[in-house]
Amino acid sequence: MTSELDIFVGNTTLIDEDVYRLWLDGYSVTDAVALRVRSGILEQTGATAAVLQSDTMDHYRTFHMLERLLHAPPKLLHQLIFQIPPSRQALLIERYYAFDEAFVREVLGKKLSKGTKKDLDDISTKTGITLKSCRRQFDNFKRVFKVVEEMRGSLVDNIQQHFLLSDRLARDYAAIVFFANNRFETGKKKLQYLSFGDFAFCAELMIQNWTLGADLKELKVLVADKDLLDLHKSLVCTALRGKLGVFSEMEANFKNLSRGLVNVAAKLTHNKDVRDLFVDLVEKFVEPCRSDHWPLSDVRFFLNQYSASVHSLDGFRHQALWDRYMGTLRGCLLRLYHD
Amino acid sequence: MPGKLKVKIVAGRHLPVMDRASDLTDAFVEVKFGNTTFKTDVYLKSLNPQWNSEWFKFEVDDEDLQDEPLQITVLDHDTYSANDAIGKVYIDIDPLLYSEAATVISGWFPIYDTIHGIRGEINVVVKVDLFNDLNRFRQSSCGVKFFCTTSIPKCYRAVIIHGFVEELVVNEDPEYQWIDRIRTPRASNEARQRLISLMSGELQRKIGLKVLEMRGNAVVGYLQCFDLEGESGLVVRAIGTACTLDKLSSPAAFLPACNSPSKEMKESPLVHPPSHGCRSTHNSPIHTATGSRLTQNFSVSVPTLIYTGMGSGSAGKEGGPFKALLRQQTQSALEQREFPFFTLTAFPPGFLVHVGGVVSARSVKLLDRIHNPDEPETRDAWWAEIRQEIKSHAKALGCHAVVGYSESTSICEEVCILSASGTAAVLNPRFLQDGTVEGCLEQRLEENLPTRCGFCHIPYDELNMPFPAHLTYCYNCRKQKVPDVLFTTIDLPTDATVIGKGCLIQARLCRLKKKAQAEANATAISNLLPFMEYEVHTQLMNKLKLKGMNALFGLRIQITVGENMLMGLASATGVYLAALPTPGGIQIAGKTPNDGSYEQHISHMQKKINDTIAKNKELYEINPPEISEEIIGSPIPEPRQRSRLLRSQSESSDEVTELDLSHGKKDAFVLEIDDTDAMEDVHSLLTDVPPPSGFYSCNTEIMPGINNWTSEIQMFTSVRVIRLSSLNLTNQALNKNFNDLCENLLKSLYFKLRSMIPCCLCHVNFTVSLPEDELIQVTVTAVAITFDKNQALQTTKTPVEKSLQRASTDNEELLQFPLELCSDSLPSHPFPPAKATSVDYSSFADRCSSWIELIKLKAQTIRRGSIKTTMTVEKASPVGDGNFRNRSAPPCANSTVGVVKMTPLSFIPGAKITKYLGIINMFFIRETTSLREEGGVSGFLHAFIAEVFAMVRAHVAALGGNAVVSYIMKQCVFMENPNKNQAQCLINVSGDAVVFVRESDLEVVSSQQPTTNCQSSCTEGEVTT
Repeated sequence: MTSELDIFVGNTTLIDEDVYRLWLDGYSVTDAVALRVRSGILEQTGATAAVLQSDTMDHYRTFHMLERLLHAPPKLLHQLIFQIPPSRQALLIERYYAFDEAFVREVLGKKLSKGTKKDLDDISTKTGITLKSCRRQFDNFKRVFKVVEEMRGSLVDNIQQHFLLSDRLARDYAAIVFFANNRFETGKKKLQYLSFGDFAFCAELMIQNWTLGADLKELKVLVADKDLLDLHKSLVCTALRGKLGVFSEMEANFKNLSRGLVNVAAKLTHNKDVRDLFVDLVEKFVEPCRSDHWPLSDVRFFLNQYSASVHSLDGFRHQALWDRYMGTLRGCLLRLYHD
Repeated sequence: MPGKLKVKIVAGRHLPVMDRASDLTDAFVEVKFGNTTFKTDVYLKSLNPQWNSEWFKFEVDDEDLQDEPLQITVLDHDTYSANDAIGKVYIDIDPLLYSEAATVISGWFPIYDTIHGIRGEINVVVKVDLFNDLNRFRQSSCGVKFFCTTSIPKCYRAVIIHGFVEELVVNEDPEYQWIDRIRTPRASNEARQRLISLMSGELQRKIGLKVLEMRGNAVVGYLQCFDLEGESGLVVRAIGTACTLDKLSSPAAFLPACNSPSKEMKESPLVHPPSHGCRSTHNSPIHTATGSRLTQNFSVSVPTLIYTGMGSGSAGKEGGPFKALLRQQTQSALEQREFPFFTLTAFPPGFLVHVGGVVSARSVKLLDRIHNPDEPETRDAWWAEIRQEIKSHAKALGCHAVVGYSESTSICEEVCILSASGTAAVLNPRFLQDGTVEGCLEQRLEENLPTRCGFCHIPYDELNMPFPAHLTYCYNCRKQKVPDVLFTTIDLPTDATVIGKGCLIQARLCRLKKKAQAEANATAISNLLPFMEYEVHTQLMNKLKLKGMNALFGLRIQITVGENMLMGLASATGVYLAALPTPGGIQIAGKTPNDGSYEQHISHMQKKINDTIAKNKELYEINPPEISEEIIGSPIPEPRQRSRLLRSQSESSDEVTELDLSHGKKDAFVLEIDDTDAMEDVHSLLTDVPPPSGFYSCNTEIMPGINNWTSEIQMFTSVRVIRLSSLNLTNQALNKNFNDLCENLLKSLYFKLRSMIPCCLCHVNFTVSLPEDELIQVTVTAVAITFDKNQALQTTKTPVEKSLQRASTDNEELLQFPLELCSDSLPSHPFPPAKATSVDYSSFADRCSSWIELIKLKAQTIRRGSIKTTMTVEKASPVGDGNFRNRSAPPCANSTVGVVKMTPLSFIPGAKITKYLGIINMFFIRETTSLREEGGVSGFLHAFIAEVFAMVRAHVAALGGNAVVSYIMKQCVFMENPNKNQAQCLINVSGDAVVFVRESDLEVVSSQQPTTNCQSSCTEGEVTT
């Protein structure tokens, strides 16, 4: 006796959250059944393995049918085929677009192209995330990217409107789109200590405060003009003397650090150099400070003073631009400064 | 020119891409009614076209209005080649033709294509202007209301219940016409869908005419079926019960807490005090009557069974002249009718006087081509024959009428089994004829109407019984005789007293048959049928006893014919009726007493059976209060004594458990297990696993013993097909496969719905078909309803305790019930002397020799009527309402799709139906030539059923409704050809579109505007679009 056909259709579509998770995680029906058995569900419910198999198949089929709609979430809300309570619809969408930290770190800043898609095999092996799940996550990134790429207006709002994601998830996607668009390098070894959260935090600050194309080259004078650089250093040192545990190290390193920070600004005007933003920030600022064992509080003191002292430089005319640049950069650096 | 149909095409959305180059579609719409077609403009390059068309007006005869569906076709415009069809929407405009239903059909309809399924949606508005008073159109039967619901619809009152209406129309099946060889599958499917839609409309109109002739205004319990006879044609037939209904428009109808049975009693003018004027009659065990053998035109009528009880003793003489009068009137009221049949399964209080038992008739026919579609005489004659047989069976049971009546067919190639079944009954004439009787008799009738145990009393003459039976005095009133077991096809009467909970009981059976042609085949089938009937019945009896119960409701026996086998599936809901005696146990006896190990085996089996019975009694809370021997012999106690007795028993009843079932004084059912078949039967008895804790199931409307429903419902359809390995298939292996299939299916349902615990599967409806040689298909539709656990826990207390408890907490009105019951439920007669009867199965002597049914009747216990009926007072619990509010939080701002509930029941828990919008009767065909790509057979059928649900919901929503009640999937014919990567499925569903209002909302509405009427409050319900 073999089961040729075995289906269950409810007027309200049944969604089993646990099975949905297994499906999203890319497990085959067989693996999912094994995992469910291990969870002790048979003992709890007195069901048989055959029942579990049939139930899992059925849910997988439902999810498969829903997947087409999940690609354009507003369709899920307006479609008539599956009657799903709104709270469940929201759950389906949110979980479908959720991604793994380990995965996103691998593709963050990469071009969302076929080439990258081919690398998913390696990513799957490396992260232990199933290839199927990697594909879903990658396709989600790409889909969101494609839809909002050319749109005007707030990135987060556009994502939320077209994909009905929660605020938190929409912000994360905005970061992913922003990174993919600017192709920021995030994969270098020295950046490995940074989490997706760190990058997303920086992305959000940058999206909010920076407009591309501002003439950041003007800031270069701060390090190019020797007098200005010296004056800046003395202002900062005067203000921080006795307040900084690492004062001498700061004093010795000031010019290097300042050059690093200002050069980053200059590089932002060249598209191909933009990619190295995080590498530069870590190389030119985070690593030197960390090797001198600056505590985070000293970094904060220094950046505040470093940024504020420029107001007292009479020869410098780009105060507003500087504030916008440093405001964001300070936020990013403080977030990036950890072990 | 009696009517003008107006249609406006507003917009489309989610259309498929029809032009690969632009990824867009140039869509336009054709609107067709009868022979007139209108077109919208082409809306270029959009998947969401906004046509905003003018009003297309069709001036049509009302006859066409009834017969024709409105056909809307969405097409993609193509300048150079033929326009491509995107899909179609058929809209039945019948609901617009009677004033109380919908006034406009407006909403988003899924655009359906028989090859691709749903492809986007279209927004349509439809109106009908009828030029004149509806009365002018009597010839067309516009205005007759149709209901699938098999009881009087909730917001109506039955003035007169006229009786049976039936009609059938036949045609050639387009699938088998010569033209089908040259047209596309799509065209063929559409021709079929359209034809069936037309035939349904015609059928409904013709039935409507019959209703008008009878001076009725509605058809209740309308059941329409298709017989796909293949080469020989297509038959659409319908049966129903003609009624004259009055709309309840009084504010009283608006009081909350209304779907409960007891509430209906309160609403009814017929509520009567319990009386002792029961008619004297009795029923008891089971019996078999042999039908006549009709052999004409290669048709074979099969000996049929009448499932009832039987009696001994004297016919009640104490009824007096009134009783005679009642009987006379009923008789004359019914004798005017050709077939005194009623498709209803639930009745207004007082309607049902006595129930005789199940009557059924089957007939095997050979199909031949229908030569003249306009004169479907052959099919008519076939059914008339069967109905005649049913009528005579009912007469044999001393009954004038048949209730819970239904008809079905099973077709395999050229062989067709026609089946009809129902419950023989004696009815109260009051509802059956016009006012004449009413005035003078009403009062006396009410005085003399049977009590809540009355329906159990046998209707036939004890001295002249149609078959041997066991009768005892009614355990409730002690005055009339009752059978020891009662089988019926109806729902449990709302005022019946039940002990404990009920449960789904199924008998499953397969029999191999040789492949044969024509007459030989028909003869082989008709030779097998009686054995199947008998075995199905024996299984039901055994399982019922195993559950410790004594009555079956909602019994439905389906016999399915295949090429090389016959399948029998009987489903019913078992209960313990307080009025009937306690069922005896099952005793096993061996024939070779010398063999020691055999004896041991027997006693082992016996112990297992006894344990199971004891376990079931506990599970279903069947603990009828025991009454000690002295009381039995004592004269009728004075009322005061009585109440004292009740209390003292309730205290002790907790300790009394009935474990010792196998011997002692109880009646027992003896099984001799000397042949392997019997052994197998005993084994199979024990393989049925009870539902997991927290689950109950039944195939009736409501679960006896549960009444505290909360508002969460989940209707579902589940389909399974198994392939049998063709190697050495035996009856035994086949039975096991079939049994496993059904049991596993149930297990899967319990598992899937586990989040709803505590819950009950209601109206569980199994259908079996044999699509191919080695395939068995089982389709189940049911609804899971949650209930309040806290209250459910309470039921573990004894009924008496419970009722006392409730009585003290409930309001005064409810208090009356327990009081009435207490006085009503007392022993007033000593028990008849013990005796043993053996049942005569001589007509099946060869098969039955191994089965000896020995029923020892011992007057050892007397059962009082339980007071559990009070539990049927249903009030939406505060917990339930709370849950509901949480669950159905208004859809988020983005969502525009309203919720449409679907249920096979006639009510929605915790809600009041305020309006019936019309009947939904839809037929769909879906076909694929890319089966693998659509996820195989499971993917294909899963998607199709989901689409069917969606189309039903969309139609209901467009009518302004928010639910379908009495929903059934009448047909699900699935055919596959995996080698060709093809599959086809036909589905036919029906139900009543309604507007319901939550009781919790209703309270608010009615307190704010107490005089609000139905229409205005409907808008307060869940909004649909």
